[in-house]
Amino acid sequence: MITEIGHFALVLALALALVQMVLPVLGARRGDVAMMQVGEPAAVAQFAMVSVAFAALTYAYVVSDFSVKNVFENSHSAKPMIYKVTGVWGNHEGSMLLWLLMLTGFGAAVAVFGRALPDRMRANVLGVQASIAVAFGLFIILTSNPFLRLTPAPFDGQGLNPILQDPALAIHPPFLYAGYVGFSVAFSFAVAALIEGQTTAAWARWVRPWTLAAWMCLTVGIALGSWWAYYELGWGGWWFWDPVENASFMPWLAGTALLHSAIVMEKREALKVWTILLAILTFSLSLLGAFLVRSGVLSSVHAFAVDPERGVFILAIMVVFVGGSLALFAARMGALRQGGLFAPISREGSLVVNNVLLTTSCATVLIGTLYPLVLESLSGTKFSVGPPYFNATFVPLMIPLLMALPLGPALAWKRGDLAAAMQRLLASMILGLIAIVAAFAVLYRGPWLAPFAMGLGVWVMAAAVQELLVRSRFGEIGWRAAWARLKGMPSSAHGTAIAHFGVGLMVVGIAGVSGYKLEDTRAMTAKSSVSFAGYDITFEGVAPAKGPNYTERQGVFRVRDAAGGRVVTTLRPSQRVYRASRQTTTEAGIMATALGDLYLVLGEAKDNGSYTVKLYFHPLVRFIWIGAFIMFVGGLLSLSDRRLRIGAPRRARRREEKDAAVA
Amino acid sequence: MTRKKMRATLIGGGVVVLSLATLLVLFAMRDSIVFFYTPSDITEKSVKGDQRFRLGGLVADGSVERGTDANVRFVVTDTIKTVPVIYKGILPDLFREGQGVVAEGRLRDGVFRADSVLAKHDENYMPPEVAKSLKEKGVKLGPGATHKNPGAAGS
Repeated sequence: MITEIGHFALVLALALALVQMVLPVLGARRGDVAMMQVGEPAAVAQFAMVSVAFAALTYAYVVSDFSVKNVFENSHSAKPMIYKVTGVWGNHEGSMLLWLLMLTGFGAAVAVFGRALPDRMRANVLGVQASIAVAFGLFIILTSNPFLRLTPAPFDGQGLNPILQDPALAIHPPFLYAGYVGFSVAFSFAVAALIEGQTTAAWARWVRPWTLAAWMCLTVGIALGSWWAYYELGWGGWWFWDPVENASFMPWLAGTALLHSAIVMEKREALKVWTILLAILTFSLSLLGAFLVRSGVLSSVHAFAVDPERGVFILAIMVVFVGGSLALFAARMGALRQGGLFAPISREGSLVVNNVLLTTSCATVLIGTLYPLVLESLSGTKFSVGPPYFNATFVPLMIPLLMALPLGPALAWKRGDLAAAMQRLLASMILGLIAIVAAFAVLYRGPWLAPFAMGLGVWVMAAAVQELLVRSRFGEIGWRAAWARLKGMPSSAHGTAIAHFGVGLMVVGIAGVSGYKLEDTRAMTAKSSVSFAGYDITFEGVAPAKGPNYTERQGVFRVRDAAGGRVVTTLRPSQRVYRASRQTTTEAGIMATALGDLYLVLGEAKDNGSYTVKLYFHPLVRFIWIGAFIMFVGGLLSLSDRRLRIGAPRRARRREEKDAAVA
Repeated sequence: MTRKKMRATLIGGGVVVLSLATLLVLFAMRDSIVFFYTPSDITEKSVKGDQRFRLGGLVADGSVERGTDANVRFVVTDTIKTVPVIYKGILPDLFREGQGVVAEGRLRDGVFRADSVLAKHDENYMPPEVAKSLKEKGVKLGPGATHKNPGAAGS
């Protein structure tokens, strides 16, 4: 019964989306306020209906209702409760419903928090937002309906893929989708602006918080995915340039560029045309990501069930939205008013550099991801483009970006002084150089790029801190007064500095793990020892163990400090067999230290009773995810800046006053 | 700064970065693309010794030798030709005799030295490249080797 309510709610949501797609836009054209105002209640009701549908599906998972086909295929009664819940989005149909939930959630948020927007703008934005919901609502109902029943109901389910039964992966998709889908708001605003044929600085101010929120979620989503891949897949890597990783990384790159160009548009009314285009492209890349992951054109760890019908449907959605918005852009581009002037060396100029490098790097990733697909469909040649390509194209573009990054905030708007900015950040520059020399001196091995990248990371981190200190005039005035100035700064200034600090930390981590990773493969018999990365590791043997829905074979490794001989820890990498599906997974044994991770993987038994053991040492690898989290925190602080919400209270007050006057 | 000059600077800068990126892409494409071959392709297409490529096919039944050192040996077949493979490392969880596999590495003295063996999420999963090439070669696939992959990652 509850399943049918969910199904019905989903259809209702689609109907509401259809209404919301047509009426407000029509109202905006005719100047009919009543029609325009349909948007808000429709958006909220739509979100409520999709929530009901999502809750109904979740309920079916929680009570293990195997008469629902989707539950039968992806759940099992013996699964821990948390994974029954997260299993809702561990499959194609359920994850699409989550996608729609996020999409309508953003739509409702725009409707509720966007009361300060001009009526026509708001009506158009909600109309465009609803058209996306219509497309995905149809997609779910026609090709990927999670509410289909099975008769007779099977006795038990087939179980969730065991490697997905993991806390990080449980929250990875919600963040990722919130990111993907959040960019739809920027897209809707861009299309609405094009429909109206005008953009203002206020447009950028409205779009920025939504873009920022989406960007933050995507940052965390990607970082969680990377972390999960690191400890769960047992390949000892944190990023593989896998096409599906790229599918999430491309909107991130474009979204990062959008975040920065919107600042220029808001503050200086420049780069308008470009910012609108970027808003369209960012969401288009999100759609491309959805297409790549769900159409089965890729062979990847992420590949969902291959169903050509779905691929074609998403391709059609993509063609309509990307093609339609770009055509509208081409038609209306000329109508957009020109913005402010600026010199090449200026805050605007630095943000242009940021945009050029980010979008170019995004384009190289796009080429590397799509080229094999395109060429295979044209000529039938099968090949893949792996990490060497991306390292050779992406990294050279990131180096100038990181070199220039700290200078941007130190330059003045309109016309800046590069020499003065460099002088201002001299201490950070020196710190960066010291880091390069120190890395060379201490580590003296590994590629030349690694110490250089470490220096870059330190430069970015130090400059982020120094910028705040210089601005609050630490050292010039008393520290109490300076502290007060620091606290008094707008929180978006703190946010920028913190996010940039996170970038620097991440770069240091990437340099550390890419340049100085240690790796060894051994066949080890019980009681044998190996000395690796400053540790003496003794293999004590293999012991069986049991979890809630799996049995495992644990390898017991005693890790001793090579210098002192003291036992540091015992690592238990294991091979798990899940009862429901008989699938095996490899669990790495990881010891995190300040300098890096010791990472052991237990392989299979050899003919003489020994085991293959893979040993890794990943220096500074945790900086990568910590850096991403710091970027998220920086975004959160920026989001809390009241300047981004200005206008909203003012407008509301005016309306209240009017209401009061009427009363 | 006039509008004209500003536009020229922006466009000029953009063109310089784009052309540099294009050069990078062309160079990288020349050096780092990895072709996909089945065992029969290797003889047909006369693969050079130093070339890195991906070898795809089925793991021949009874061919896996775990040995006593860190190396594993197995044979990849497309049921027409076979290639012996040696791999130092841990095989993916879903590596099975009779199932599809993709290995990446170089061919030396008739032995394929793999540095990675691709893992797939599902025991019935057949990498699309393998399924397609085998079909082109007219190989009939068993019921366990169908091209399906129910239940997969959430991304």
